[in-house]
Amino acid sequence: MGDRPSVSVAIVGSGGAGTLTAGSLLLEAAAEAGWQGLLTRTVGPQIRGGEAAALVRLATHTVECQPDQFDLLIGIDWLNAHRFGAEIEVGPQSFVISDPRGGDLPPNVAAAGARIVEMPFKNMAKAIPEGRANMIALGLACRLLGLGVDVVSTLIEKRLADKGQAAIGASLAGIKAGYDAASNLDFGLRLAAPKSKSTRRWLISGNEAAALGAVRGGVRFAAAYPITPATEILEWLAPNLSKMGGVLLQAEDELAAINMIIGASFGGTPALTATSGPGLALMIEALGLATAAEIPVVVIDVMRGGPSTGIPTKSEQADLNIAIYGFHGDAPHLVLAPQSVGDCLFTTQWATYLAEAQQTPSIVLSDQFIGQTRAAIARPADVAFIGQRLKVTNIADAYNRYALVANSISPMAIPGTRGGQYTADGLTHTEQGTPTSSASDHQIQLSKRCDKIENFNYGDHWATIEGAGDFAVITWGSLTGAVREAISRAAQDGVEASLLAPRLLSPTQPKRFAAALAGKKRILIVEQSHSAQFHRYLRAHYDLPDNVQVLNRPGPLPIRAGEIHRAIMEWRS
Amino acid sequence: MSIVDMRVAGKPGDYKSNIKPIWCPGCGDYHVLMSFTRAFAELGLPPEQIVVVSGIGCSSRIPAYTNCYGFHGVHGRSLAVAAGLKLSRPDLTVVVASGDGDGYSIGGNHFLHACRRNIDMTYVVMDNRVYGMTKGQPSPTTEPDFDTALSPGGTGLRPFHPLVIALASGANFIARCFSGEPNETASVLVEAIKHPGFSFVEILSPCVTFRPDEVEWKSRVHPAPVAPTNDPGKAARRIMTDDGFNIGILYRGDRKPYQPAIGQPSVDPAELEKEFEL
Repeated sequence: MGDRPSVSVAIVGSGGAGTLTAGSLLLEAAAEAGWQGLLTRTVGPQIRGGEAAALVRLATHTVECQPDQFDLLIGIDWLNAHRFGAEIEVGPQSFVISDPRGGDLPPNVAAAGARIVEMPFKNMAKAIPEGRANMIALGLACRLLGLGVDVVSTLIEKRLADKGQAAIGASLAGIKAGYDAASNLDFGLRLAAPKSKSTRRWLISGNEAAALGAVRGGVRFAAAYPITPATEILEWLAPNLSKMGGVLLQAEDELAAINMIIGASFGGTPALTATSGPGLALMIEALGLATAAEIPVVVIDVMRGGPSTGIPTKSEQADLNIAIYGFHGDAPHLVLAPQSVGDCLFTTQWATYLAEAQQTPSIVLSDQFIGQTRAAIARPADVAFIGQRLKVTNIADAYNRYALVANSISPMAIPGTRGGQYTADGLTHTEQGTPTSSASDHQIQLSKRCDKIENFNYGDHWATIEGAGDFAVITWGSLTGAVREAISRAAQDGVEASLLAPRLLSPTQPKRFAAALAGKKRILIVEQSHSAQFHRYLRAHYDLPDNVQVLNRPGPLPIRAGEIHRAIMEWRS
Repeated sequence: MSIVDMRVAGKPGDYKSNIKPIWCPGCGDYHVLMSFTRAFAELGLPPEQIVVVSGIGCSSRIPAYTNCYGFHGVHGRSLAVAAGLKLSRPDLTVVVASGDGDGYSIGGNHFLHACRRNIDMTYVVMDNRVYGMTKGQPSPTTEPDFDTALSPGGTGLRPFHPLVIALASGANFIARCFSGEPNETASVLVEAIKHPGFSFVEILSPCVTFRPDEVEWKSRVHPAPVAPTNDPGKAARRIMTDDGFNIGILYRGDRKPYQPAIGQPSVDPAELEKEFEL
């Protein structure tokens, strides 16, 4: 068998066994050596003693989703692995390396027909002073995939520099033991040589990319209330906002966090918070205030399984309804969704720019999958979207904060500006900002706030549109990568399908959508929500052809490219 | 920029807007507004450098009646708005206005954390021991036997003690005023605004419509018999044991306000991506 363009490895163990460390080092070593790839973490709710798996997919080309089945599954132990169920699928072509002392294989693994090889990780680790089984697993994976031990050794020396020579020595010995133990295993899992290393590449998670995008878009204030799986955004911003002359403030709850950023933005500073579904629910009232008082803010919702506490550590696309429709009253605002780890940067930067330009809140719907996945990717292109709010500086006569102007975006007076004093208000107000309960003032200001975002020119960034033909797959957010891969497999089978993935979910873009669907006769909609929220959203706002099928499922089980591929093939036949 | 640098000659009227208050005739809040404008004039601050932030309720309507920048937000969250504003704009003078329902009930958690955080701002709570805007329900400071439609026969609950809570939570300046004494109140507000850190001023402000009995407060209030202390232990004993009508500055702490450095970047923005480069 020739070398493979893409290989996937899952490393499974109890929480605290170091599977995520091993996976992370594997990805980083491969990335240093020139490959692309991604690492998705899947963990239980426990901090220690639960279950953890590192899912690593490496390739010679860009990959944006996990595989249908893992080529290699390494079980340091299987103590809680049954909790993953079908999340880590293996098949007859897969290889499983298992410690016979690590407990019974999960039933789905045992029944998969994969080739199973025993490897006494625990005993091998014991033979090394301070040795750890995860390093042995890492050495094993490197050998099987054709990664030189030197790359990973250099990395270990760098990563563990502050832990001392003993820790480095133990890790290197573990890696060597695993590497040697794999010498007589030939699974044909060697990766093909990476393509040119000349392009600049990054190793970054979606949450980090979103945070960087926010700062590039101009955010200089953040308020933070920790929540899984959004916390890394806030943790990245804390030191980096400070370097930018900004500040992050830890709030007492999400109600405070959203109001803090509204206060900062009222003072003229572009501001952001990041949360997940439960936090977004708490923020909704104040987001209505930001809409009414026309104060730009950015809220990143890294979606997880819901409702209520749901499945905090795992992905779902089920906050679409609350993000678009959750506000009370008629409150037009922006909702955007990034489509890959790298796109978290662009979409968040654009969301910041749009919020500032339109003086309105924007919600970025990321999710646990792209938020916490770490990927080796080509450096995202620089874009010119930097938040520029229309402000007044010289006020000679009376100032009307909510003046009716041509594009409905009224110049904003920032505190400190002489003559611009006004009271920002959640009460229905006049052009001057004075509270009113008159029907005409209400109508006028509702229309103004609607018009300013409806009439804005969003350009081509509103959606990803690829391919041709009369068959289209429509999806959104983090599923875009899996759909793209499915479409490319269908093309290999001679079936043409196009991709439509709106990045801008609100306001809707009926003309652009209709143009994108011109000539399409059949539609497949793919989304990760139990009630098919995205399908209902499309039905509510857009005209669809008669032939529509929906592939939807709640989290946490990912919708895999293979399933989408099958759905495309069946729908065509 | 310090307060002194920006002094402008001003009269109280310069800090008043032309919007007619919605308050009932005789409401204590009219006098609070008068105290605000007198204090601002006394401080000589340019009106555009002051922001009055509020939540929801009768007292929270006050920002628009001043000629300062104002923020009339959602119910109970004024301290959070003010925290974000002041940290990102330390040059501004931030005064937060609230009532006993907005500040102690729906906004209670933010009150604790604002005291603890000790950001340089002044928090004024106009306490009339009733929800006025929703027509007469008991608030956290209402007496246990106050009979209302929502609490027939009274709540039977002990009132909340805001000054003690402020002290325990770390407020750096604590005072009690009576709306019927606008000059004295204005002087306390001047001190509160000048004092570094989180200053908490409770203003007893009668609701003539739903608590006509509170008109009697004018005969019950009296100046605090002893000078303010910076000893929280002493202050706690005084506040815990007084009759609730001691007027004046009760505590002046010396905790350092919370204000992280902001302003100029220390690195080029392009540097931030370096950690991600392979």
